[in-house]
Amino acid sequence: MKNVDLSKLRHGTTLIKRGFAKMQKGGVIMDVTTPEQAAIAEESGAVAVMALERVPADIRKEGGVARMADPQVIQNIMDTVSIPVMAKARIGHFVEAQALEAIGVDMIDESEVLTPADPFYHVEKRLFTVPFVCGCRSLGEAVRRIWEGAAMIRTKGEAGTGNIIEAVRHQRMVSTMIKMVSETDDEGLEKLSGEYIQSYVDAFKTLTNQDVTKDTRIFGDYTYETVKEEIFEILKEIQKINRLPVVNFAAGGIATPADAAIMMQLGSDGVFVGSGIFKSENPAERARAIVEAVTHYDDPKVIAEVSKNLGEAMRGIEIENLTQHLQERGW
Amino acid sequence: MVDIGILGVQGAISEHKAIMEKTLKELEINGRIYIIKDRDTLNKIDGLIIPGGESTTISKMIYRLKLLEIIIDRIEDEDLAVMGTCAGCIILAKKIVDPVENLHLISVIDMEVHRNAFGRQRESFEQFVNIKNFEKPFPAVFIRAPIITRTWGNCKILSRIDDSIIMVQQDKLLAMSFHPELTDDTRIHRYFINLIKN
Repeated sequence: MKNVDLSKLRHGTTLIKRGFAKMQKGGVIMDVTTPEQAAIAEESGAVAVMALERVPADIRKEGGVARMADPQVIQNIMDTVSIPVMAKARIGHFVEAQALEAIGVDMIDESEVLTPADPFYHVEKRLFTVPFVCGCRSLGEAVRRIWEGAAMIRTKGEAGTGNIIEAVRHQRMVSTMIKMVSETDDEGLEKLSGEYIQSYVDAFKTLTNQDVTKDTRIFGDYTYETVKEEIFEILKEIQKINRLPVVNFAAGGIATPADAAIMMQLGSDGVFVGSGIFKSENPAERARAIVEAVTHYDDPKVIAEVSKNLGEAMRGIEIENLTQHLQERGW
Repeated sequence: MVDIGILGVQGAISEHKAIMEKTLKELEINGRIYIIKDRDTLNKIDGLIIPGGESTTISKMIYRLKLLEIIIDRIEDEDLAVMGTCAGCIILAKKIVDPVENLHLISVIDMEVHRNAFGRQRESFEQFVNIKNFEKPFPAVFIRAPIITRTWGNCKILSRIDDSIIMVQQDKLLAMSFHPELTDDTRIHRYFINLIKN
């Protein structure tokens, strides 16, 4: 707005980043590859779209290195819809993230669906104005990503399979550990903090072949001691509020309204649907049904009603038959 | 006893619930808070909060769930008190600059609203703002926020940032482009409780 001097205002604070994610709660974020799909998603009631070149099912099928989408593709989608537009950067690829921030995407997904760019480190997300969402399989991964600055966490699940089992596994892994943390004393949390920062320690050891002391910088400018203290503080907060301190969505295998609702009943704040919508027979109807299932996740009559006559869901894959597990990317 | 509803289809619902619980406790008022997803519950309440979230999603859902007409009827016939924050502010406006198709609005406040007026998420910000009759500035959180571009009729301006209107009141209807539910400051929720009780 021309009358307000934006340069004087405080942007990109933790409150602003986490606040954005809170506005997505109870909603469905849909993967789209074209402006036409984005318009269908918006019309169905999606709270945001994830702009991609290929949905995970196609990435899986076609193979090759999966990278950030063409910014022109993302721009075209941003020009089409008024809901927020998110986009994916490779794990650790801070330059892809910078480029996405430069074109103005509303949230960056540092995603295991793309081929990782850095074998040691995830992006230092605190350095960005735009908020990040990151995947996790366990509380440790979630806490590390939150410490690095993620404003939103999602289960990794197993993207592009249409199979919900891995998303359920990861949600249970996180919520069971949260319950355990709430019953753990400070000494126990101290020990857990040590375990949770081990992956940073391992990265340093691999790079230098040296041991870590309390003053060793193990991530960006942060020393072992600082990281451990701050991870401990995050665990204390989890203990106090009995949940993650950021919004927690489900992702990776949601294909039906009931899939979305089970994740909500297991404690997710909302869902991402990747290949599940535009790889199904009737994308518009399925998208709308999943939106309604998320609002009414605790009402079985509504779930039954919206699940009727949706046509064929995406075909899906058994996890045992996979040659590549995307969830294993990231550390 | 006061019965407060929070529109429960999408957005910062639990945040409004938490700060409203805190407000009731501070004021030592007995109150019940309902999360509204159906028509029956909507008829029980004395005041309604439309939370922040995605305005297109919330507007589509209140139409599909057939809540829209009851909300409008209760405002027009029974003077129901309503507070809209951010997305809620858009949904209460009579006019929208550059409206998207198929937006179903409650359209009761004499104001025109410009959606995402500051820009995209990277332009979101925090700022202390002065509100009419509030002694101290309020910590306002703007997330892809709208601006109220003009008002007419009975709509009174309560706050601006520079020249831009960010909070208004029309009788028992209160709308603002920021998110008091993301702070610990209960003054706006207190103000709303007073509106309900008068």
